[in-house]
Amino acid sequence: MIEGAAWRRWVFFRIPTGIFLILLLFPFYWMIITTFRPDGELYRPWRAANYTPFWTWNPTTAHLKYLFGETSFMLWMWNTMFIAVVATAISLFCGVLAGYALSRLKFSGAGLLGTLIFVTYLVPQTLLFIPLSDIIRGYRIGDTPWALILTYPTFLIPFCTWLMMGYFKAIPKELEECARIDGASRFQAMLYIVLPVAVPGILSALIFAFTLSWNEFIYALVFLSSPEQKTVPVGVVSELIRGDVFFWGPLMAGALLGSIPVAIVYSFFVEHYVSGLTGSVKG
Amino acid sequence: MAATTAGTGEIVIAKPRWRPLESEGNLALLLLLPTLALLGLFIAYPFIKGILLSVQDTRVGIDGKFVGFDNFARLATDPIFHAVVWNTIFYTVVTTIFKLILGLWLAILLNRDFKFKAVTRAFILLPFIVPTVLACFAWKWMFDPTFSVINWGLYKLGLITGAINWLGDGDLAMLSIIIVNIWRGVPFFAISLMAGLQTISPDLQEAAAIDGAKPWQRFIHITWPLLLPVTMVVVLFSVIQTFADFQIVYVMTGGGPANATHLFATYAYQLGIGTGLLSQGAAVSLAMFPILFAIVIFQLMYIRRVETR
Repeated sequence: MIEGAAWRRWVFFRIPTGIFLILLLFPFYWMIITTFRPDGELYRPWRAANYTPFWTWNPTTAHLKYLFGETSFMLWMWNTMFIAVVATAISLFCGVLAGYALSRLKFSGAGLLGTLIFVTYLVPQTLLFIPLSDIIRGYRIGDTPWALILTYPTFLIPFCTWLMMGYFKAIPKELEECARIDGASRFQAMLYIVLPVAVPGILSALIFAFTLSWNEFIYALVFLSSPEQKTVPVGVVSELIRGDVFFWGPLMAGALLGSIPVAIVYSFFVEHYVSGLTGSVKG
Repeated sequence: MAATTAGTGEIVIAKPRWRPLESEGNLALLLLLPTLALLGLFIAYPFIKGILLSVQDTRVGIDGKFVGFDNFARLATDPIFHAVVWNTIFYTVVTTIFKLILGLWLAILLNRDFKFKAVTRAFILLPFIVPTVLACFAWKWMFDPTFSVINWGLYKLGLITGAINWLGDGDLAMLSIIIVNIWRGVPFFAISLMAGLQTISPDLQEAAAIDGAKPWQRFIHITWPLLLPVTMVVVLFSVIQTFADFQIVYVMTGGGPANATHLFATYAYQLGIGTGLLSQGAAVSLAMFPILFAIVIFQLMYIRRVETR
């Protein structure tokens, strides 16, 4: 609560929040308006008297048509979706099992392994992409979706494990012990008792892992080369920029449409996403 | 196995079924196996491979031979690499300071009840969730010297008289990528810090307010110390990501003009993938490792200290 007069609420709260919102969202507005702006208006210098930045009276779908007609955009969308879904599934499977083992089972080396996985969680992709590109070539999976499906889990699994450990730790041990007394094996107790309770955590890990793999760039840039294998971010970069020429209209249309799937997933699961985000930093 | 001898008149005791997964150690091993296999193949092995590459002179398609520390010695005298080190440190420090200040401010603004709170919070995270590369194109377009809406805005506000060539001048290009990085990072800071703020009991604030503490005094003496553990983790996490950043620079400037915005990752990419000098690129990437390692150790120690308190 800000105490006192209405002007204080405006000065200390409403105006700063409004400015933050405008600055954070303006690039998206710019993407949308550029997508529908005809080339004639698009390439009008900002000094021109008839420069109308915030609106267009002649909206066009030419850029969208170019994007769908002249590039493999739909294919990139499909590639990205396929890779993100499979990589997320693998990572979730591994991460949930590993998180369970590290947080609820006692075995020698648990602490060390937990620390090691936390450390790999902090390894940025840019540290290893060059030796990895050599290895991918060696495994003969370069320029196939598998190059990404198998490498994305390296940053998704540590994250999922770390997040799930937090959720598993919060579930009381007694719950499992009851099931064990009733005759369930350890594995059954995990599968039927602990995992269902941890569903919110699994959902958070899922949403977060999906957006991370949708947004990944450097591995996709380095490991894929043919246009029909590319993901959206890489396809847009390599096919809509020819030398120094930027096809700004289709570029912005691609950026807009390429952002929509994550935005939709995110908008349905904001709460899960936020708890995944904050869980991942708090541990 | 349960070798029972029936029929000899002995009392047969059915041995318990062999259930290896009842041993916590065995079950843990089984559960961890897929993770360890993937991380071993695609993290541990590449790491070793990277070290090997960095002491050879491998190029794409040409197997290298051992050259010792030649690649690192070359970096030590490479003026571009010197610029890279300085750029990366400058970029990381400046963006982190601004992300922390602005993120904390935004977190405090959002940490209250108001109309449309949920919607506002959802919108604020958008820069963080959309693909960075795609958002960067919007920024690159906004910074375009001839068609820049930013120039138009500044001109209309009377702040500038001529065109600003944002990405064409070294210092301005650095400023541009810093702005974009802050734009992308502030939501992450704000939402994480807001989660930290929500764990602080409002009773403490009220008690201090009753005792006559001014808002800024309450912030310094109550909010900030209680928020510090979350802040530390968020900052260290962000420092690692920023230090190893690639996408923003790759899209906005490609490291230029005249290497003014090259970071470790973009320079490694240019050498290793662009030019095909795998070994030299790997050496540039690995040069990040000591600093990243120090940050990670510091973070682990800090977490341990907080946890044992």
